[in-house]
Amino acid sequence: MDFSLTTEQEELRAQARAFLAGNLRPYWRDLADLGWTGVSVPEAEGGAGLGFLEEAVLFEELGRAHTPTPYRSTVAVVLPALPPDLQGEVARGEASWTLAAGPLVQDLDTATRIAYVGGDSIWELEGAEREILLTNDESRPLGVVTGGSAGRRLASSELLPLLRTRSLTALALEACGVGARALELAVDHANARTQFGKAIGSYQAVSHPLATTLVELELGRSLALFAAWCVAEQDDRAPVAAAAAKAHCADAAVAACERSIQIHGGIGFTWEHVLHRLYKRALGIQSWETSGERLRAEIADHLLGGGP
Amino acid sequence: MDLRDTRDEAQFRGDLREWLAENRPGPTPVPTGDDETSPMDDLRNWSRRLHAAGYSGLTWPAEHGGGGKPYSYQAIFLEELARAEAPQHLGVIGLGMAGPTIIAHGTDVQKTSRLAHILSADEIWCQGFSEPEAGSDLSAVRTSARLEGTHFVVDGQKVWSSYAHIADWCLLITRSDPASERHAGLTCLIVNMRSPGIEVRPLRQITGEAEFNEIFFSGVEVPVENVLGEIGEGWRVAMTTLLHERGTLGFALTASLEVTMRRLIELARDRGATPVQRDAIAREWIELEALRYTAYRSLSALMKTRVPGPEGAILKLQWSEANQRVTKLALELLGSDAQLLDGNAPYGGYWQHLQLRSRGNTIEAGTSEILRNIVAERVLGLPRSR
Repeated sequence: MDFSLTTEQEELRAQARAFLAGNLRPYWRDLADLGWTGVSVPEAEGGAGLGFLEEAVLFEELGRAHTPTPYRSTVAVVLPALPPDLQGEVARGEASWTLAAGPLVQDLDTATRIAYVGGDSIWELEGAEREILLTNDESRPLGVVTGGSAGRRLASSELLPLLRTRSLTALALEACGVGARALELAVDHANARTQFGKAIGSYQAVSHPLATTLVELELGRSLALFAAWCVAEQDDRAPVAAAAAKAHCADAAVAACERSIQIHGGIGFTWEHVLHRLYKRALGIQSWETSGERLRAEIADHLLGGGP
Repeated sequence: MDLRDTRDEAQFRGDLREWLAENRPGPTPVPTGDDETSPMDDLRNWSRRLHAAGYSGLTWPAEHGGGGKPYSYQAIFLEELARAEAPQHLGVIGLGMAGPTIIAHGTDVQKTSRLAHILSADEIWCQGFSEPEAGSDLSAVRTSARLEGTHFVVDGQKVWSSYAHIADWCLLITRSDPASERHAGLTCLIVNMRSPGIEVRPLRQITGEAEFNEIFFSGVEVPVENVLGEIGEGWRVAMTTLLHERGTLGFALTASLEVTMRRLIELARDRGATPVQRDAIAREWIELEALRYTAYRSLSALMKTRVPGPEGAILKLQWSEANQRVTKLALELLGSDAQLLDGNAPYGGYWQHLQLRSRGNTIEAGTSEILRNIVAERVLGLPRSR
């Protein structure tokens, strides 16, 4: 039994953190050159032949940096539905994807290609009009597609539950990254800011909410990593684990940002401070795909049998 | 990362399951408060059977009679014990706290004379740390130990001591230098509970039973060779004990909450739950999952570093608050029946007892406030609050 990341996975995290700190809006090609877009693509198609746990590290780091990129849509959601040659294009940085599964579509501004569900299949959508909408989280605009026609058949729609599990897990991991960054900023501020002659972090009214935040985030990280491991190992527990992780981590990230804003005082309420960007990403994660309340209803059905 | 058992771990788990199926005692009755001597003889016999089968002191070094196994085996043991709803070894304080402290700081004589009896449940230990004026602030202890030739003379009072009424030995923290203050001048002693001058008084608690005791020391003589660690180094010794308390209990706590959660789900299936209650149950189930996998992560770190880290505080904090919420939720599902006791109580009063007992969880073994201080200062690196 070993529930820790490998040295290589920790090195990938360090590489990602350093790169994203210096590249706030990276090109898709840059991510491909780093090997990120082909992490789980077979080596024969130009990928690294690794797995979801390595991608998990990247989802967390991309959340932490709230990077605008179609990485989650492409790698977590659409990639398993792509035939090998199209996976190769992703690995080489020639294509990125998003899935038009509902009226609002994520990453429509950056993804080069669109997949959609029609009948018993997942298809490429060709020739559709894209309209980008203004959204709260500037780093992840939503859009709507109109028109277009079915292109190549990509996969059977039986894959959809798997894609949803992967999507929820990636959202949970992003939330862990967002929350951890908000907490770090709060701790730095609480150590640096002096009032009444003392660092404000020495007051328990300040330090205890931060301790609570750490507890919630660490618990969340355990749930998210477990879900990622289940996905990587095709474990039967993956769907419930992903639902649990997304429900908990999104709430924990939102709470982390809210406490961080409070502890920063007035500066945390300004547009120029980075906190509102993290907060809006956290709120975006909380509302996307399935809300915590609905996920808990699914879990209650799983534990207690059908509805009340 | 691999959450599956290794081949050896799986073998150990399989053997243990089989052994538990054949050997585990019947369910422990819910204490009523009338019997202050709960079924201790049964527990002692059970503990001896655990020892005979090689299941006590799994992670202790083999040279001290332990299993010499990695911590993962202790985790598996606690998980399986809880799943079989079998009681723990009676000597939890000796196994989890006093023993590891003796292994870390004890003399050869202390090791050879005490450790084997802890494993076999022939000697039960209690802990003399808290005092009426030294609770969260342990460094305020006033129980005095005065050196007179070849022995210390101990005077003072300890409180909240589990198992003191049946204990053979006490791990006692004393102030050996009357001029000292705070963390200096403290000495840890191994005290024979049969010594003249010791009086143990049970404390009747919120549930009606008496798990904890006061211990009064008047002129109790303790031989100098029973000093654990160095004279004046008691604080360092006590910190080893507390680290082990929080480091290794995480699994026992998670495993016991798992049993409680399983019963909560049965209760909700039996009695029905509103949508709001279903949401709360799902929320608690998620928290339990989170606790379990955090315990796994902390175990993996422990197996690499060998020393329990301050992260143990996270597990204790989360478990205690979760246990309070889960048991309260059960009372809510029971409605007015939750008021009934004894024969009329649903499930024999299991939930009423557990809910009241849970109020102690956020106080014992480090209050939630102290644990948040530990997380803030030692994990987050915030300045000291005092």
